[in-house]
Amino acid sequence: MADTIWVYAEVVGGAVTPTTLEMLTKAAEVGTAEAVLLGSAPADAVATLGAYGASKVYRGDDPTFDSYLMLPAIEVVASLLQAHQPAAMLFASSYAGRDVAAGLSAKLDCGAITDVGDFQLSDGNVKATIPALGGSYLATSTFTHAGPRLLLVRPKSFEPKHTGGSAVVEAVPAPADAALRKVQVVDRVDVPVEGPQLDAARAIVSGGRGLKSGEAFHALIPPLAELLGGAVGATRAIVDAGWVPYAMQVGQTGKTVKPDVYIAVGISGAIQHLAGMKQSKAIIAINSDPLAPIFQLSDLGIVGDAAQILPLLIDEIRERK
Amino acid sequence: MHVVVCGKVIPDINQLTLRIDPDTKRLHRKDEPHILDPAAAVAVEEALQLVEQHGGSISFVTMGPSDAATGIRTALALISTANIPAAAVHLLGDEFAGSDTLGTAKALAAAIKQLPPFDLIICGTEASDTYAGIVPAQLAWQLGIPPLTFANKVVGVEGNTLTINRQSETGYAVVKADLPALVSVTSGLNEPRNPSLKGIMAARKVDVQTYSASQLGLGPDDVGASAARERVETVGAPEARKAGRILESDGQPDTVWAQQAAKEVADFLASLKVI
Repeated sequence: MADTIWVYAEVVGGAVTPTTLEMLTKAAEVGTAEAVLLGSAPADAVATLGAYGASKVYRGDDPTFDSYLMLPAIEVVASLLQAHQPAAMLFASSYAGRDVAAGLSAKLDCGAITDVGDFQLSDGNVKATIPALGGSYLATSTFTHAGPRLLLVRPKSFEPKHTGGSAVVEAVPAPADAALRKVQVVDRVDVPVEGPQLDAARAIVSGGRGLKSGEAFHALIPPLAELLGGAVGATRAIVDAGWVPYAMQVGQTGKTVKPDVYIAVGISGAIQHLAGMKQSKAIIAINSDPLAPIFQLSDLGIVGDAAQILPLLIDEIRERK
Repeated sequence: MHVVVCGKVIPDINQLTLRIDPDTKRLHRKDEPHILDPAAAVAVEEALQLVEQHGGSISFVTMGPSDAATGIRTALALISTANIPAAAVHLLGDEFAGSDTLGTAKALAAAIKQLPPFDLIICGTEASDTYAGIVPAQLAWQLGIPPLTFANKVVGVEGNTLTINRQSETGYAVVKADLPALVSVTSGLNEPRNPSLKGIMAARKVDVQTYSASQLGLGPDDVGASAARERVETVGAPEARKAGRILESDGQPDTVWAQQAAKEVADFLASLKVI
């Protein structure tokens, strides 16, 4: 249908993900929003999707979707896309979202635009806006071939709105083909993260290679974050260097964050990192290199040695509290 | 086992400001120093560890302009450093230019079909210049093999079954599939070794097999800009985020400046009502 937009809904940790709700809100503003929800989900998931704009939910609750990754979901969504031909289908730039969109693109020989920050429908096609190279450019992209149009949407691109609607449900059976059960989930392990989560934190203190060592990072960054009731972030460079786990990575390949204040310590501002934190309401940067790109988007930039400044800052904040 | 590593050779992201060519609307690549993508180096390292354990050989496959040759040698040197038989394939030529993710996956799949039968394909989860992150799963589909994506740990191969820990939003999932399969590895799961001088020398003696698109039976509907299912229409400057105040020491001793800087940051945090 010309203005129907589908959203691939995801459930993480027992709740519909924020990005799902953001995408539904946008889809409902642009046209008629419908969702596809596969696998186990909380009892109120369909009601939640409806409340954020979905008028219909294609619901497959067969355990196959949980036990076998990707291939059953790709098979089911491909048939639904061919039968109903929505104008576009939105996926979160998440693990599952990227895998399902990639598989659909290969199976249906159709396009997938990645890293989408915004989009509109015009003359039956989609015009997507992409903050390229960490937002140093804004590109617009469109589809050139017939067939399904898949968009991988960046988290926090849209403001989710609870509009209080409700969705009708159409049940979707799992595919019977045993050949689709190739990627088997043996176990799921939750790794608890201490303190506030990056995605939800109002304050984030992040460190980069300018801190010079993992020891310096651990001595300075978590105490300041804790003092501010905030979360700890990191650049890809120091995740790659093994100072901190991947779960702390902020950036294009890590978390996208939008806190009230983002404090970047010893971070030069590589494109990869900026992509994940640029939307922060206020940015403070502390870096010894006056030419570091991070200063160009900081509300307050301090040229100086973080190892000297941070302990004093921690003392100063303690005194004021 | 025969492991195929697919990776990119990219402009050195640490040394220059990436820019987009206003005419082609693609990432500017020509004349920039090129390196083996750090994500690909992680994939090579993971291949080395598996082959060191199980025996076998490694082939490196990449698509890119002639500049990619430097990165191919790096990959070969890493493989040779571990004394593992190495081969490399370079998809080269203007027919490939402007390929989208799906075109790239088709080209890689066609090249891999020219190689001896493989047991495993390893890729990074996403390249460090474009970060699309969907080529590995597209490639697995093209080859008809199971995709084990976003591995933050390769647990191991037992019999014919490969098990990985797949990164998730809340931790990880233990996931398994039968070989041949494809694994995409996240950037932090190993520390790539440095090539030895002996490895670098040995890598020079390896013949790199090049293929054009037509040699692989690929046409303008499969690869290149004409096959891309998406087109970049415009590239513009975003709404610039204004730089605010940037404060520098005016020559006072470092300790004095550090004290003043700490006060400035605390004042700013107070104005934001964070403290």
